[in-house]
Amino acid sequence: MSKLHIETTINREPAEFLCEPHETLLSALRNGVGLTGTKEGCATGDCGACSILLDGRLVPACLVLAPEAQGRSITTIEGLSRGAALHPLQQKFLEHAALQCGICTPGFIVAAKALLDAKPDPSEEETRYWLAGNLCRCTGYDKIVRAVLDAASEMKGSTA
Amino acid sequence: MTAPRTFKYVGTRPIRHDGVDKVTGRASYGADPSWPGMLHGFVLRSPHAHARIVSIDTKAAEAMPGVHAVITGRDLPETTAQIALGEAAIDLRDIGDNALARTKVLYDGHAVAAVAATTIDIARQAAAAIAVVYDVLEPVTNIDRAIAADAPILHPALRTKGAPSAADDATNVASRLELKRGDVDAGFAEADVVVEREFRTPMVHQGYIEPHACIARCGEDGRAIVWCTTQGPFVVRDACAAIVGLDPANVKVVPSEIGGGFGGKIVVYLEPLALALARKAQRPVKIVMGRDDVFRATGPTSGSKVRVKLGAKRDGTIVAASASLWYEAGAYPGSPVGAGAMCMLAAYKVPNFLIEAYDVVVNKPKVAAYRAPGSPIAAFAMESVVDEIARELKIDPIELRLANANAEGDRAPYGPKYGPIGLQQILDAARGHPHWRAPLGPNQGRGFAVGFWFNAGMNSSATITLNGDGSAAIVTGNPDIGGTRAAQALMAAEELGIPVERVRSNVGDTDGSGYTDVTGGSRVCYATGMAVIRAAEDAREQLRARAATIWNVSKDDVGWEDGRAIPPAGTEKAAPMTVAELAAKMTQTGGPIVGRASLYAPMAGPAFGAHICDLEVDPETGRSRIVRYTAFQDVGKAVHPGYVEGQMQGGVAQGIGWALNEEYIYSPDGVMENAGFLDYRMPVASDLPMIETVIVEVANPLHPYGVRGVGEVPIVPPLAAVANAMRDATGIRFTALPLSPPRVLEAIEAAAAVPVEA
Repeated sequence: MSKLHIETTINREPAEFLCEPHETLLSALRNGVGLTGTKEGCATGDCGACSILLDGRLVPACLVLAPEAQGRSITTIEGLSRGAALHPLQQKFLEHAALQCGICTPGFIVAAKALLDAKPDPSEEETRYWLAGNLCRCTGYDKIVRAVLDAASEMKGSTA
Repeated sequence: MTAPRTFKYVGTRPIRHDGVDKVTGRASYGADPSWPGMLHGFVLRSPHAHARIVSIDTKAAEAMPGVHAVITGRDLPETTAQIALGEAAIDLRDIGDNALARTKVLYDGHAVAAVAATTIDIARQAAAAIAVVYDVLEPVTNIDRAIAADAPILHPALRTKGAPSAADDATNVASRLELKRGDVDAGFAEADVVVEREFRTPMVHQGYIEPHACIARCGEDGRAIVWCTTQGPFVVRDACAAIVGLDPANVKVVPSEIGGGFGGKIVVYLEPLALALARKAQRPVKIVMGRDDVFRATGPTSGSKVRVKLGAKRDGTIVAASASLWYEAGAYPGSPVGAGAMCMLAAYKVPNFLIEAYDVVVNKPKVAAYRAPGSPIAAFAMESVVDEIARELKIDPIELRLANANAEGDRAPYGPKYGPIGLQQILDAARGHPHWRAPLGPNQGRGFAVGFWFNAGMNSSATITLNGDGSAAIVTGNPDIGGTRAAQALMAAEELGIPVERVRSNVGDTDGSGYTDVTGGSRVCYATGMAVIRAAEDAREQLRARAATIWNVSKDDVGWEDGRAIPPAGTEKAAPMTVAELAAKMTQTGGPIVGRASLYAPMAGPAFGAHICDLEVDPETGRSRIVRYTAFQDVGKAVHPGYVEGQMQGGVAQGIGWALNEEYIYSPDGVMENAGFLDYRMPVASDLPMIETVIVEVANPLHPYGVRGVGEVPIVPPLAAVANAMRDATGIRFTALPLSPPRVLEAIEAAAAVPVEA
């Protein structure tokens, strides 16, 4: 039983962890690094609760092997707020009551960040299809979609 | 009648107090913590739907390095204890047997052993090394087979409770309930039109995104702590104590943040196993379910067969109804068929009816509560038939319902007389809404349906501690599953007259909060809210007494207005004092101020919802899409309208999933074939439109602000609203759910193949 030593970047900081060769990145983040904001809802890539950015690309951490993080850059929900300031998406989720139980919320916010990174001014339909990989059982998605569209319009305003 | 109260905070939309933790990933859910020295548990589950356990050999597993404890059903004492839960009682013998099978396995996924080891990999390997010998029996996986004369019997000792004759045969029918009024035969004889149909719905799961998870530890002194994701920490405490064989006073349950429940996180599954393993290993043990475990062994709600016959006069007056309901209970008695029977006719004045309800055990997981348990299934059948009556009589579906709608003073079919209810008001609101008259496009149809739920009251406790700066902290025993902390803070702010941001709501553990029933039954904002209001009143009375001390006057002469104690007229030097000013002097005037309240609310405010659904079907593929949806609901009083709307939208989305796609699929030998989110298809963002909500407020006289409870009603109408829209779009009456593309396409093609008669 020998573990692999992985050096990577997590939320803009150098990080390292030990993992089993077959361990998922989700498990390594939660159990090895202690970043439990990334949630496990299914472990089969169907629910999006473990959404992270790997070199800027949106992936479910449950479908990535932990050793694959070697030399890569990972962004998790814990990396979205800067200091005391929430990310506009986090603020809009709060203002729109876009969370109920909150378990899917980190995954949605990370997925929505990836959307706005790729497409700063999405339509409602584009937003719905982009977020179709994230399951929410509480909200019916209405307020989530509104929060993302509102965040997009605010972020566009602030960078213009 | 007094004038309606005007509110300063109630009805506003503050940011929820637990919100920042939940958008930053800091909030701690069931699986998130790790405890020092913690072991990892894994549960071995039956691959068979129905089998006798001949033997379980755990020796090889126990011998593996890293394995600290292995348990089987023999490690749990049999208990006959029960937990009262509203009108129902949870039979802990069944709950214990369900958590870990003793002599028989009764469904695919039934737990047979559990292992605790230093890593999850070792625990999994050890579980695989446990040798279980099964004597496999024929499974019973549907109602028709279960009630057949030659059906295999799940529980040889089971007899039908409430059977009309004194039958003493072994059976799979656990109970029979009858509701009756008037003379049904005479009623149908009066009818100008009679519609009779039989409906089927499959088992569906609550589908919370967070799998069950817990950590337990048990000390040398016998004291235990269980951390878990639950809707009912006190239920977990009492159930764990009885099942594992501990004194409840020695068990403290600490509820984590909860990632959804919808009724499915009330009973225990993993908690007694983790506790028994922890006791045996003398180390903390964490167990987390995989999604396949969640599907195979928790939840779901009943599959059903419902037969309804409804008779009306030409003018639309309903004169008679008869119905038979069979609900699958899963492996142990206890489907919500009684509730379904009681809800079925709740909306209508029906002078003559006879409803029979049967609770049927089958070799599938033991059902758990699911949002308005039993009512959506009954409403699917009833509201589909009401739609057919409206079509036959060529009466507008809302007008037909208005003509028969119950109102205050009418006797509910389940017994009591209704107080003020908002059924007619929501029907009026729907009739006048632009959605009801909006044009439909090609291949589109519109459906309408109403739904009912009792809502619950029961036991609640609350404390409010004032801080020296005039802020306040609430503690209640209800895990916050969808914004109840914010609602409680609004109510306390309203009573104390301090800004809502200055009130912090906390969820206590079973030692730190007064006894409180589950987060369920749409009861938290109503009953626990009432406890918060009374606790705030208690704190306010103490503040008035402190002001009286400061001013050297009688407390009775101290007024209270907008968060300030008001001195009696003629008290020369005294000025009104705010909560903050009074709180700053607490130490000098008698010490800390803690407002407390505990209550039992025997009744709640029953509520109705009405939904309009527009659906478009693709005749080439059978795929349908919801294009517009509007939900109307009498909520009594919306304390935080944002979270009220959220409950309505979420209930609609779950109901649409139930109507269109969700179902448990079993192989002939009783193995669940779609135990994952890929094959159990819940609605995603691209499946749904915005869901419009119309909040109607008919005050519930049992609550100081008129709150009724909101969470459950909105899942009741969608099954029928969607099916009625499908009928409108295709001309086909579907009587079985889900309305998945293959089923719809088959029916469209069959209808097209039938030659049209001239």
